[in-house]
Amino acid sequence: MSVTINIKNLVKTYEKVEALKGTSLQVKPNELFGFIGPDGAGKTTLFRILTSLLLADSGTVTIDQWDVVKDYKKIRKITGYMPGRFSLYMDLTVEENLQFYARLFGTSIKQNYDLIEDVYEQIAPFKHRRAGALSGGMKQKLALSCALIHKPRLLILDEPTTGVDAVSRKEFWELLKKMQKKQMTILVSTPYMDEAALCDRVALMQSGKILSLDTPQQIVDDFKGNLLSVKTQNMYPLLKDLSAFEEGIQVYRFGDTLHLVSHYSPEKTKSDLTEYMTGKGYKDISIEPVTPVIEDCFLALMNNTTDA
Amino acid sequence: MLPIIILIPILQLLILSYTATFEIKNIRLVVVDHDHSPESRNLINKFSGSKFYKYLGQKDTYKEAENSIAKGTADQVLVIEPDFEKNLLTERKGNVQIVTDAINGSAASLMAVYAMSIINDFNGNILVKKLPLKFKGIPVKTDSSFWYNPDLNYITYMVPGILVLLITIIALFLSSMNIVKEKELGTIEQLNVTPITRFEFIAGKLIPFWIIALVDLFIGLLIARYWFGIIMAGSPLLLVFVAAVYLILVLSIGLFVSSLTETMQQAMFISWFVLVVFILMSGLFTPVESMPLWAQKLNLINPLAYFIKINRMIMLKGSTFSDFHNDFYILAGYAAAMLTFSAIKHRKTS
Repeated sequence: MSVTINIKNLVKTYEKVEALKGTSLQVKPNELFGFIGPDGAGKTTLFRILTSLLLADSGTVTIDQWDVVKDYKKIRKITGYMPGRFSLYMDLTVEENLQFYARLFGTSIKQNYDLIEDVYEQIAPFKHRRAGALSGGMKQKLALSCALIHKPRLLILDEPTTGVDAVSRKEFWELLKKMQKKQMTILVSTPYMDEAALCDRVALMQSGKILSLDTPQQIVDDFKGNLLSVKTQNMYPLLKDLSAFEEGIQVYRFGDTLHLVSHYSPEKTKSDLTEYMTGKGYKDISIEPVTPVIEDCFLALMNNTTDA
Repeated sequence: MLPIIILIPILQLLILSYTATFEIKNIRLVVVDHDHSPESRNLINKFSGSKFYKYLGQKDTYKEAENSIAKGTADQVLVIEPDFEKNLLTERKGNVQIVTDAINGSAASLMAVYAMSIINDFNGNILVKKLPLKFKGIPVKTDSSFWYNPDLNYITYMVPGILVLLITIIALFLSSMNIVKEKELGTIEQLNVTPITRFEFIAGKLIPFWIIALVDLFIGLLIARYWFGIIMAGSPLLLVFVAAVYLILVLSIGLFVSSLTETMQQAMFISWFVLVVFILMSGLFTPVESMPLWAQKLNLINPLAYFIKINRMIMLKGSTFSDFHNDFYILAGYAAAMLTFSAIKHRKTS
């Protein structure tokens, strides 16, 4: 039921910006595939090409045996797309929106209710409310219901959790996991690194390039070096001072701490660094070895490419 | 929204039909009478008795009268020369001077014409009364009668035109705004990934507005009949049929505008620009015949000009299809071409 996606050397240039610089990847059937990257990484452009809304300058995309340009009509029938911007009719009620999209695909709410049940029952109490009056999380659930109403075999979600509160985000990802069990290939993009761990595989994207593509676990395992979290009473000049610290390969802000990557053992780096910082006059120094998360991998990869 | 779409045109029709008139009433007249004779008084009475004039009284000097024009308190000054009566009787020639405020050119020429006709009328009377023996009668007597609008009633003339204008505004604005609004809100993105075809989409967009505009036309015709008392000379069915074709053209232009633009502001601006040019050139307010030739040629692509013409022909003249079939075929061909063109222009993929 679910589909395979083959993307080869995709290039798309807007007037002066290169949005995609020869992207290639393959998505397996029934995979929950994540595209992680900051704004402007090219995620939306890629999705718009996949959904036949945009023509690529060069390169090909095939979804199963269908070409995204030639067979766009077939692809539109089997694809559920949820754009990054809320794109349903604000002046229609929840139920009317769903009915409208069901009819566009020549189906009815009843026919595919089993598929959307998990999502729709959460917003059903508000089904007579206008879509414009829903909260952010509920809007996204409605948009997901509308994208699912025609039993798509491929679900493409462009930043579905941006601007959604933490609880709704969690619920939304639980729903995606449930959908995956119903024989669907799911592509999802997000700027939130913590959501990457929930995908089967992720592609880390930046400026139209894929920096890394693997399972979240593998990406973390591939992290080179040892990671230390550094905190002190005066954080402001610390970034500059740590950049000058010889044992550090990379230093970057991470929440309210700084992360330092080093090739030496954590113990050695810790004692050397404590000495170095004390010499610089810092007080209340706290240095802890930490295990890297996806965000560390991403920031490390990002810095590598900018250096190169 | 729907009540607004229905109600606003009705209000506009009621207001515009009364205000968009070329008649000039209540011309404020100041008289400088240097003669003070029975004849000069007769002439003044002619003016003050006319329904077009509002007689403000006399001034002693021309200077004072000129001042009241300068201040904008008077529109026209009638100056009667000294010995007006005496000259009239002895030399058969009396001089008067008419001074008209010509800030509004077309109004001024109308006011001058009114004054001339009153003076002519006065002339005729003099010839009859004072010189009965010499008077041989005016050789050719002109007597006008006005066809299709016997009372030269401007409401009768304007209402059909304004009706056309209103359904044009409705159709053009609703269609051009609507698709652009979908672009602006992003809803078109979601629609574009569905299997609906371009033509289904366009039909879904245009048909509701087509019906709304026709309903507006129907209500407008009822108002024309029962409020303004304009009895339609021709067939109402024929008019609705032509309107239906005309509206397809206007809606296609709206569709074209929305395929050119990305935001409602742009669409609004272009629609306004197109509409204002079309309206002013259409012959609604000024006769097409008095425009320069190039402007008359430009009216070949002005849908409004065709429909206002046909509409007046049906409503006032009682014309049948054969009377305007050429204009209708142009309109129909234009509509078909525009619809096809806009539909092709409106692409789902960018």
